[in-house]
Amino acid sequence: MTDSKSSRHPNTPIVVVTDLVKQFGRFAALRGVTAAFEGGRLYAVLGDNGAGKTTLLRALAGLTHPTRGSISILGTDALRSVSSQVGYMAHPSLLYDEMSGMENLRYFSRLYGILSDERCRQVIRLVGLDPELTRPVGQYSQGMRQRMSLARALLQDPKILLLDEPFSNVDATSGREMVKLLGQMRDAGKTIFVVTHQSALLETVTDEFVWMQAGQIVRRTGGPGSAPLVSTDQSPGAERRKPDSS
Amino acid sequence: MSLISNITAATLAKDIRLEWRSKDAINSMLFFGLLVVVVFSFSFDPIAEESRRIAGGLVWVAFLFAAVVALNQTWAREVRNQVLDAYRISPAPANSLFLAKALGNFLFVIVLEALMTPLFIVFYKLRALGPAWMLIPIAVLGTWALVVNGTFFAAMSLRTRAREIMLPLLLFPISLPAILAMVRATTAILTADEPAKFWIVLLATYDVVFTTACLLLFETVLQAE
Repeated sequence: MTDSKSSRHPNTPIVVVTDLVKQFGRFAALRGVTAAFEGGRLYAVLGDNGAGKTTLLRALAGLTHPTRGSISILGTDALRSVSSQVGYMAHPSLLYDEMSGMENLRYFSRLYGILSDERCRQVIRLVGLDPELTRPVGQYSQGMRQRMSLARALLQDPKILLLDEPFSNVDATSGREMVKLLGQMRDAGKTIFVVTHQSALLETVTDEFVWMQAGQIVRRTGGPGSAPLVSTDQSPGAERRKPDSS
Repeated sequence: MSLISNITAATLAKDIRLEWRSKDAINSMLFFGLLVVVVFSFSFDPIAEESRRIAGGLVWVAFLFAAVVALNQTWAREVRNQVLDAYRISPAPANSLFLAKALGNFLFVIVLEALMTPLFIVFYKLRALGPAWMLIPIAVLGTWALVVNGTFFAAMSLRTRAREIMLPLLLFPISLPAILAMVRATTAILTADEPAKFWIVLLATYDVVFTTACLLLFETVLQAE
């Protein structure tokens, strides 16, 4: 799996994190994370609650300012200058409950200078929803809300996608469809980071599993030249059984 | 510049749509304003001359407190589902958001004033002895003074635990010069005792200074964690 994918995207790192530290008061959510991530790959970021996955993703999105260290995306550490190249899907929907999906996306598209509604319709269809749906987002099912949230993240056609728990509360069928879509986007050259507790769902499309623990990246499996993944079970026992290829 | 105005227009249209559907701010403001008019009219029974002297203060105190209700609502919508983060990660300028929010609040408070002013006139038997048309620039400048600082401080207190309390604590002291100018200018028009020009100029200067300061500082407030 890894060999074919790495040869398909022989890229230089487009996301580089150096000695990243983030402290909330006396609690250190990130403790000196250093890593480089190549473009055109799908990274599944795994770890227990409080491991620092969401904080890392928020730091990459520019929503959390590091206490120390640096982040370089697409060759620049001025994250604001590349903000239109980064799509972010958070655990909350980041949508207005009182407006329909189309109204939400129409508004957010204006923030990126997209004045045509066609792009909004396109991404809504891409995630398997109907752009003509007039129901407010607050009345959507959790799965529909997650898809619409993904559509919002895709609106500006970003090169890098940061997805925080995209499959939470999503039924199995919808989850598989979202995974298929992520695979297609990865194949189209996007770099995708998925924070998840449902790694089994992503097994077929993931290029690399990034394991975090206590604010640090403790292991990366499935990278270029590494041994093939044998399991994506996140139980501590299963983790010990895996080949350490980092 | 056109990007800023496009985003400001889109954000303002979105806020008006949300308010039209929920009516959160306008209903609370109207209810509060109505209470103030009724309670004050039962508390005092002034003659026409006394009314003219106290009405400036009563009117602006009522509008100030009602505006605080709207100002608290305006950012609450952005915190629900963390929608503000979607704005923060976009390349849209912070000032566009601030201008849209301030304009939206201005619109809501002006609507409230338009609805409440006839009630004040009836309940307090008001008739201006000075040039009544000058009450319009006073209302516009005074309302902008309240909402521009109110929008800014409401955003600042967004992440505090007791934001409903924090907003008046921050807003009222800094609004004192503007409130003084509004009240004195309104009283001057109603009683025709003194010219209102000085107070209107003071109000306009206050607006320019604080609008500039808020625009310069809002990026920092928006990106704060």
